[in-house]
Amino acid sequence: MAIVTPERPDALAPEQPLNVPARFLRRPTGYTPGLWGWMTTVDHKKIGIMYSVTAFVFFLIGGLEALLLRIQLGGPDQTFLRADTYNQLFTMHGTTMIFLVIMPLSAGLANYLLPLMIGARDVAFPRINAFGFWVFLLGGLFMYSSFFLGGAPNGGWFGYVPLTRNMPGHNIDYWVFGLQILGIASLSGAVNLIVTVINMRAPGMSLMRMPIFVWMSLVAQFLLLFAIPVITVALFLLSFDRLFSTNFFNVAAGSDPLLWQHLFWMFGHPEVYILILPAMGIVSEVLPVFSRKPLFGYQVMVFSGIAIGFMGWGVWAHHMFATGLGPVAVSAFSASTMFIAVPTGVKIFNWISTLWKGKLTFPTPMLFAIGFVAMFTIGGLSGVTHGVVPGDTQQTDTYYIVAHFHYVLFGGSMFGLFAGAYYWYPKFAGRMLDERLGKIHFWLMFIGFNMTFGPFHILGLQGMPRRVYTYPEDMGWDMWNMVSTIGSFIIALSILTFIINIIKNRKPQEVGDDPWDARTLEWSIPSPPPEYNFKEVPLVTSRDELWHRKYTEDEDGRSVRREVTLGQEKMAGTEVEPSPAEGHEAPDHMEGDHTDGEGHPDGESHDEEQEPHIHMPSPSYWPLVSALFLPVISYGMIYKTWAVAILGGVGIFGSLYAWALEPATAPEDTPVHGPDTSGDDLEAVPV
Amino acid sequence: MTDTAVTASAGSHTEIEPAHPPTSTGLSNEKVAMWSFLGSECLLFGALISTYLLFKGQSTPGSIEPADVFDIPYTSVSSFVLLMSSLTMVLALAAIQRGDLRLTRIWLLTTALLGASFVAGQAYEFTVFVREGMNLRVNLFSSSFFVLTGFHGAHVTIGVLMLLSLYTLSLRGKLPASKAETVELVGLYWHFVDVVWIVIFTLIYLIP
Amino acid sequence: MRRNCRLAALSATLFLFLAGCAEDAPQDFLKPQGPVARQIDKLMDPVFIVAGVVFLLVQGLILVAVIKFRSKPESPEPEQIHGNTRLEVGWTLAPALILLAVAVPTIATIFDLAQKPENAVNVTVIGHQFWWEYRYDDLGVVTANELRMPVGRPVELTLNSDDVIHSYWIPALAGKMDVVPGRSNRMHLIADAPGDYLGQCSEFCGESHANMRAKAIAMAPRDFDAWVAGQRAGAVTAAPGTPAEEGSTLFAQKGCGGCHTVAGVSEGVLGPDLTHFATRTTFAGSIFANNDANLRTWLRDPQAAKPGNKMIIPGAPLTPDEITKLIAYLNSLR
Repeated sequence: MAIVTPERPDALAPEQPLNVPARFLRRPTGYTPGLWGWMTTVDHKKIGIMYSVTAFVFFLIGGLEALLLRIQLGGPDQTFLRADTYNQLFTMHGTTMIFLVIMPLSAGLANYLLPLMIGARDVAFPRINAFGFWVFLLGGLFMYSSFFLGGAPNGGWFGYVPLTRNMPGHNIDYWVFGLQILGIASLSGAVNLIVTVINMRAPGMSLMRMPIFVWMSLVAQFLLLFAIPVITVALFLLSFDRLFSTNFFNVAAGSDPLLWQHLFWMFGHPEVYILILPAMGIVSEVLPVFSRKPLFGYQVMVFSGIAIGFMGWGVWAHHMFATGLGPVAVSAFSASTMFIAVPTGVKIFNWISTLWKGKLTFPTPMLFAIGFVAMFTIGGLSGVTHGVVPGDTQQTDTYYIVAHFHYVLFGGSMFGLFAGAYYWYPKFAGRMLDERLGKIHFWLMFIGFNMTFGPFHILGLQGMPRRVYTYPEDMGWDMWNMVSTIGSFIIALSILTFIINIIKNRKPQEVGDDPWDARTLEWSIPSPPPEYNFKEVPLVTSRDELWHRKYTEDEDGRSVRREVTLGQEKMAGTEVEPSPAEGHEAPDHMEGDHTDGEGHPDGESHDEEQEPHIHMPSPSYWPLVSALFLPVISYGMIYKTWAVAILGGVGIFGSLYAWALEPATAPEDTPVHGPDTSGDDLEAVPV
Repeated sequence: MTDTAVTASAGSHTEIEPAHPPTSTGLSNEKVAMWSFLGSECLLFGALISTYLLFKGQSTPGSIEPADVFDIPYTSVSSFVLLMSSLTMVLALAAIQRGDLRLTRIWLLTTALLGASFVAGQAYEFTVFVREGMNLRVNLFSSSFFVLTGFHGAHVTIGVLMLLSLYTLSLRGKLPASKAETVELVGLYWHFVDVVWIVIFTLIYLIP
Repeated sequence: MRRNCRLAALSATLFLFLAGCAEDAPQDFLKPQGPVARQIDKLMDPVFIVAGVVFLLVQGLILVAVIKFRSKPESPEPEQIHGNTRLEVGWTLAPALILLAVAVPTIATIFDLAQKPENAVNVTVIGHQFWWEYRYDDLGVVTANELRMPVGRPVELTLNSDDVIHSYWIPALAGKMDVVPGRSNRMHLIADAPGDYLGQCSEFCGESHANMRAKAIAMAPRDFDAWVAGQRAGAVTAAPGTPAEEGSTLFAQKGCGGCHTVAGVSEGVLGPDLTHFATRTTFAGSIFANNDANLRTWLRDPQAAKPGNKMIIPGAPLTPDEITKLIAYLNSLR
């Protein structure tokens, strides 16, 4: 069989007749190049990249919205934004950052990394994986289309009734249906990743040997699995009230508006742990690598993550302390809120202990990881002060709360995600980001972040409420608002630095498999990885499997580099050559003991260790096609054009049907094996 | 070393590979996926049922209430029909596991027809309610009742469609004994929908 | 790296000190002006101190670690420590005990503040988009925008909403309580001394949420009684031939009475009761001081002044002369 080269991308493709229309409808093969290749890919790595890039674009949009808000609030009585414009922008800023940035960035990283970290070749259901991405993209576009179709959602990201029930216009409808669409993406992703982690671990990878990022993502996926249905119900009830005049939130009919709040926060509180746990997992991966010692208290870190997952279901009404629930309920939730600080605090101490007595270096990922620990501590402490209910009756709905959640979501989640971006960028892209620019990014962001959100604590304590489009000049709030606005532009500058870094470093480099001397399996394969991830499924014998392959310990427990990295002993006698420029492995690295150099036998010569073929699932357009019908249904429902809605419904059923009957791997798709597997490697990098 | 190559969704694997490579739990990916999905469905119906129960007795006094419209004997019969459909579902699974494809088809079709009867019965019941002056918008009870049972009915309908698809596939020879797990998974879904109905019937219809 | 860390630590400390020396902020709740707010503040003081200590401890440990264990060329590979059970138990139990120590007084305070006070002035507060209505049912007084209260005596507020969820908050006097349609929540305020206590709606309630402010005016008991007496009186009739009298005619002609009650004149309930409008220091959800210039701005175009508010003048637009007369009429409603 010929080896695929860039000049002959279809070398391994089956005979394809040249009539173009039929080719469009024919199922794409593993070697589909270009845009259509990306649109039909089911490769978890490509999907992870698409999730991350799309989420980053939404981050820029959400950030722009924030800058506009800060300009308006930079001084008292400003008229830069009208009241309704401000209300749309703060609603969309929150909705965007939560649903269109942090969640998909976490999903993108999990998508890319979880199979690699557990030694699998892909996720359990690759087409559902692709479906999740397209649904996310279309859901975000759908929600943003509202800006051009009468106005964006303006009821806050939390959409309290009865305000949102009776709001005229379609702004709220876009919010409701947009979130429903996004919920489908999250739920499908959750099922997929849960099955992947539970069921597809490499031999020897017991649960307690999994990298901690896998654990934290797994807990987050379980939270999604159970939390999304609750907001789904809440959103259905609200949409039925708005579309069909049902009575779920109709006060005149006897409904209690607090029902919405209970349903929303029963989703909403697990949601914040969904937002933070993956970032905590990232920090737990990065700190050990740049301390050159293992994560302190791995088991405790796992169990505290699980504990947070469970306890997170018991604190939701702490978002409702001022709603008049009565002293008994409020006391119970106060206690549960305070006690969830225990497993959270435990993590902070374990991270510090990971640093302690380590040998610390400070490349950019490490700066962000340490920044996470410092900033999240602040957010966590202010959170504990909210748990003291009488204090919260002063603090709630003020900028003090806004300070808290920005410290945990930006200083926490975003710092963690940036740590992950810098840490894993070499793996995804096959090139390093510039360290100097990275440090500039970190320090600008650290200073800008604290300058923007630090003053919010003070403003809140001085009585400035949330969600106000303006404030008068004799309230004493002028100076800190101005400081905050300046800080927000410093943040913008820092992000610009990040973008410049990415653009400046787009030429392929020779990065190698393991530029950081890291501890987990994703660093045992090329950068970027081949489509099939692992040539041979790894056999796992310990936690931090890669570290133990590279290092043994002396009598003091210090690491000593092995002469030959374990797992390559089979290759003894084979020259272990450095990877050629594009990050491919040299042809000598073959499965099993074959040392006959170039080319591959036809899959017929095996020893008992070699696998005959590596079957990768084939690309498919059904995930994209199915996803397209979701906005169609939504537009039809919003504008009460039932024909359109029904068309969308029929369309999605038909697509799902065709998808279900399509085999995972197309029979005519040839298997992948060996290096130089596809032109995919050239498209593996986005910019 | 075994190859844990990706096994993906229901669909024919090529002749090259065995049906399912080994998984960490020994259960197939599809089965773990179905159980996970049903777990999330518990929360979906839980939220809807909770809403109904929270609204119980809160409707405007004098407006329509359960005692005015519920016909317990009628709904008991349709509940029985649904319950029997779970039995026939089990029989369908047993048949395909034994390799008796003809009997599989019979039981699959029967299950689908019983499910369809249940939905038809509910639809008829709803038209009676509407005629008696109870529609979606009348009060808290009517809104929450119709939405809860409507969601359940939609789930049953999707189940019926899945069963009919299996039936059709079987007719075309595409559902051999080796595909028994597909029937088992649809069965899991079907039984879940049935259990949800038992909960709804008990909490909404039977308990005053 | 070290220099940067020191700089960061220094600026953080400076920042905290600056926070204490902030300029005067009328809605600052760290300066309570009544026993309820003071009870909350007293509970929070030790909590903030504990939080501050933990903050310094954690950030300190991070700084020490980052400085002390940074890689030097001669430093060996670190020992691969996996954990320490005793430490884990310690830093699980210690925070748990601290939190328990916080939880106990917290719950005690929750129950204490939930008690209805004795000898209270009872006021029903009704939240509207975007103004507060106050009904002193025992005293037969209806007013808007300003809650007048006697010093040193509890004011028991029953909170109802006419439309969406609002939240009633006077920071110097008490924590906030949501105002939820279909429910009646309660809270109480007590002011130490006479004066103005500012607050605002603290639950997003629509376009002009930012413009729904609140003001409590505490008065010496005798002054409060005098105020009550004045409010119970009927509406002042404007003397004939005055601009105020022409204004009262316009009030009827332009449809104002359809929304506003003036005792004995009109019975509108959509907007604030105006019977004693001239006795109020603010209007329009307390965003404007009650003076002629502001009244003119308001009457010329209420929507421009307060976007999304519910006041649509049926007889709009008003000519400047009509506005002058209406202002005269409003000023006469003492």
